[in-house]
Amino acid sequence: MAEGGRGDADPESVLDHPPSASSTPSGQSAFVTVPLPYGSGFLGGLRGGATSIYMVTVVGAYVSIGALGHDFGFPLAWTVLTSLLVWAAPAQVILISALGTGAAPLEVAVAVGLSSMRLLPMVVALLPLVRTPRTRARGVLVTAHFTAISMWIEVMRLLPRVPREARIGFANGLGTCLMGAAIAATVAGYHLAQTLPGLLVAGLLFFSPMSFLFSALRNARIAADWVALVAGLVLAPLLAWRGVDLDLMWTGIVGGTMAYAAQRLREAFR
Amino acid sequence: MTHDLAMSALGEWAPYAMLILVGFLPTELWRMVGVVLAHGLDEESQVIMFARATATALLTGVVGKLVIFAPGALASVSVTVRVGATVLGLVAYLLARRSVLAGVVVATLAVMAGMALFGGR
Repeated sequence: MAEGGRGDADPESVLDHPPSASSTPSGQSAFVTVPLPYGSGFLGGLRGGATSIYMVTVVGAYVSIGALGHDFGFPLAWTVLTSLLVWAAPAQVILISALGTGAAPLEVAVAVGLSSMRLLPMVVALLPLVRTPRTRARGVLVTAHFTAISMWIEVMRLLPRVPREARIGFANGLGTCLMGAAIAATVAGYHLAQTLPGLLVAGLLFFSPMSFLFSALRNARIAADWVALVAGLVLAPLLAWRGVDLDLMWTGIVGGTMAYAAQRLREAFR
Repeated sequence: MTHDLAMSALGEWAPYAMLILVGFLPTELWRMVGVVLAHGLDEESQVIMFARATATALLTGVVGKLVIFAPGALASVSVTVRVGATVLGLVAYLLARRSVLAGVVVATLAVMAGMALFGGR
């Protein structure tokens, strides 16, 4: 089991947890699945998304992104498309602010790509949970596109309680629900930035970085997470202040290496 | 040079081409690599741990940059106020027993209060 269900996993779900992500398809009958209150499949996923606590942070972050798109002078349609196509709030914040200040396209692509790298391990951890021998590639690609921090945390927490054959539908339903809300929030934020006074717009702009920060804090589990969190927070502004090129790229590489080394040291001395 | 030519040829569609090239593709790439690698990759492997650490550092790096070098309407409030609001959010997060929502709401309200008290546009 990956890190999705940690801390906030309810005691009930421990009983029906699969022994590992690679449990055999026939292993389904080996443990009792307690049904979720909102059912399984696509509709269950929609309901799971609508009642998720992450709905609040997703709406807040995307109202913030809509406001950001407006403040940097992008068209509404363009800003909304970033929510549909990129669907990763940090990558969108980088894309909008970097392109908006006239950064070189290659530099923007590298920064966006490095910030989105975290999606790779998320997809790798999620897919074994939804796959069955009959799963088609197309269904998995949709699930992969829906994979983003909020969707991933919720799906990893709830999927063990969904029957295996209904899991892709459930994951896609939850993704559809959160992305639909994000798109509506992007439109709302864009319009709010046109009409609200500067004070409230500043509040909107501050909301998304703060939700990234406190989510990262909440999800920190092992030494590597804590070192990476602090290193990123300190290194990026420091490198940018010193005028180092590709500051975000170096933040990721140096911070990630420090965190990895710290984790290995900790394990070696335990 | 070639970049400018390409931009003018694309006209009003240029921002959309940029969205695909430097926004969509660099993000979707990792999701697709994830689909390919998902066949038999140890979730606890060292590579995954390194990728996770790198991504976390980048994520908080973006936060650090946005707090210190703020964009748009946020730029009119001083850096002291922005850092102070972040610290207040952290205190609220801890007091509310690690509640993300409490941290985010208090930090956001604090930056607005700071802007109202110490000026802004």
